[in-house]
Amino acid sequence: MEQRVAACTSCHGARGEGSPDGVLAPRLAGKPAGYLLQQLEYFQSGQRRHAPMEYVVRQLSQPYLRQIAEYFAAQDLSYHRWPQPAVSAEVLRRGEQLVLHGDPARAVPSCVSCHGDKLTGFEPMMPGLVGLSSDYISNQLVSWRTHTRAAEGPYCMGVVANRMREPDIAAVAAWLASHEPPADMHPQPATAQTTPLPGWCVMGHSEVNP
Amino acid sequence: MKWLRRGAGLLVVLLLIGAAAWWYLARDRSMPSTPVQRGAEAAALVDPARIEQGRYLATVGDCAACHTARGGQPYAGGRSLATPFGDVPAPNITPDRDTGIGQWSFDDFWAALHLGKGRHGQLLYPVFSYTSFTKVTRDDALSIFAYLKSLPPVNQPAQPTGLEFPYNVRSSLVAWRALYFKPGVYQPDPAQSPQWNRGAYLVQGLGHCNECHAPRDSLGGIEQSQHLTGGQIPQLDWYAPDLSTRTGGGLEGWSAQDVVDLLKTGQSSKGSAFGPMADVVRLSTQHMTDADLQAVATYLQSLPPRAPVASAFQQASSHEQGGKLYAKQCADCHGDNGQGVAGVYPPLDGNTSVTGPTSVNAIRSVLLGGFAPATAANPRPYSMPPFAQQLDDEDVAAVVSYIRQSWSNKAGAVNPAEVSRSRHTPVD
Repeated sequence: MEQRVAACTSCHGARGEGSPDGVLAPRLAGKPAGYLLQQLEYFQSGQRRHAPMEYVVRQLSQPYLRQIAEYFAAQDLSYHRWPQPAVSAEVLRRGEQLVLHGDPARAVPSCVSCHGDKLTGFEPMMPGLVGLSSDYISNQLVSWRTHTRAAEGPYCMGVVANRMREPDIAAVAAWLASHEPPADMHPQPATAQTTPLPGWCVMGHSEVNP
Repeated sequence: MKWLRRGAGLLVVLLLIGAAAWWYLARDRSMPSTPVQRGAEAAALVDPARIEQGRYLATVGDCAACHTARGGQPYAGGRSLATPFGDVPAPNITPDRDTGIGQWSFDDFWAALHLGKGRHGQLLYPVFSYTSFTKVTRDDALSIFAYLKSLPPVNQPAQPTGLEFPYNVRSSLVAWRALYFKPGVYQPDPAQSPQWNRGAYLVQGLGHCNECHAPRDSLGGIEQSQHLTGGQIPQLDWYAPDLSTRTGGGLEGWSAQDVVDLLKTGQSSKGSAFGPMADVVRLSTQHMTDADLQAVATYLQSLPPRAPVASAFQQASSHEQGGKLYAKQCADCHGDNGQGVAGVYPPLDGNTSVTGPTSVNAIRSVLLGGFAPATAANPRPYSMPPFAQQLDDEDVAAVVSYIRQSWSNKAGAVNPAEVSRSRHTPVD
């Protein structure tokens, strides 16, 4: 498979470890397979926009996309630690507040309420937020706001991202990138997801009706 | 905008030609069904075998490619088709009563496919390839119509066209049609085999190969003498090669099996399908029967040799630099001598996409990389890294010049400005 996916690995790294700068091409290794597959399908349908990705996945069948997603999900690599962004202690405190507790006044849920108390995500759909660079995280939050990333249904991350103040995006990204990750950074099993997701969140929680 | 300026000047000419073209319309009459025919047609529309045949023919015609928006319902239209004259959205051809073809009779459908006329007699824009589809038999058209009528109706209104003046004036099509459109079902050539005739019928008619694989003039028309001789695809910035397999042809040296392989699997011993042709293989030709693919190959093999294009071969000054880049970035997969790996990586030596009359396909393949189409016969295709992010214009020019001028390849060199112009990634 490694040989077949040269078009992926030339940017995302030989085993999906992500581009060296942590921004151009995100890490794929170890992310939940269902999440990776969903993103590949979104690139095909245009719900997620990034022209080079849209072009590369265009000719592929759903079964092959699934195999590719499973291939990268199965790569077990240690995480790279990104340099701590140069932000003030106050910004980091604000980031921590948002990640752990959200902003009830703006109806912004905490990150941990969906992505898990360890922030490593859940199988099979919920991506982790550890091991990502600050720039990559803020890029993604902004792309939810510009509809260059989208999801089916209630569009949960879009709702959350649109409720955030701009400095809060930078604060969340900075705290997540500088947070000391847990020893086990694998996504937690689906059964570990005991806190019900908000009703309007579609990611990996089909039992909950939006 | 240059199209607009040129177009405004041409309008006067068009109107003059248009006046002279009215006689032509007299030939342009639909032949409505008789009551007896209508009865038979009504029965045909609900015949499962007929519908299945129509599904196959609609796939051969690749109707869904244009009549489906990205991520949208099949055949519900909405995809915007870019032309040099403006954008034309493909209409909804599901049987929805209000927004699709729910109220269409077969005569209406036949008028569209065969005569390029809408349900209310309006002239259709030739981005709908009735210049080719006119060759489809009435019986095949009935099957396609039966299939479309069997689809689940989707309520999706048509988008407005984005054509610029004067092209948004439908009556200007009178002149265009006089110049470039000759309605008529394919007439078999009795001197040729049934297989050859089947291939010619598919290539010239439903397959509408000529719509890309021929040069278009400034009005977007194709000269009869230029059929299948290759052309720049309008707006897409890919080159669709000449399809002759004989001396001087764009597919020179391709065996019938090579043609069948490419259309069925997406790759052949001579090269892989990429760009728009990868779409065609994935959506359409991979689903064709072996007999039909053989027929297409037989017909293409009969296309005449092409006159050689005289040009003095001049090796690029960047040849050595290109060679180093080739050894570093390309040779692992495509081989030291551009020989490729059978069934895995296409050869570059003698590959028409490398040596074509324009270098745009080679440049864009290097920049974009990507996968060969996933097909039933090749479900897990190999891929090529995109080099747009890694290589600058000069390096791309050097390596493309190198592959165009190495081994048996004797094509023209490429300059960095051409690479710069091709740095755009196609998405709908």
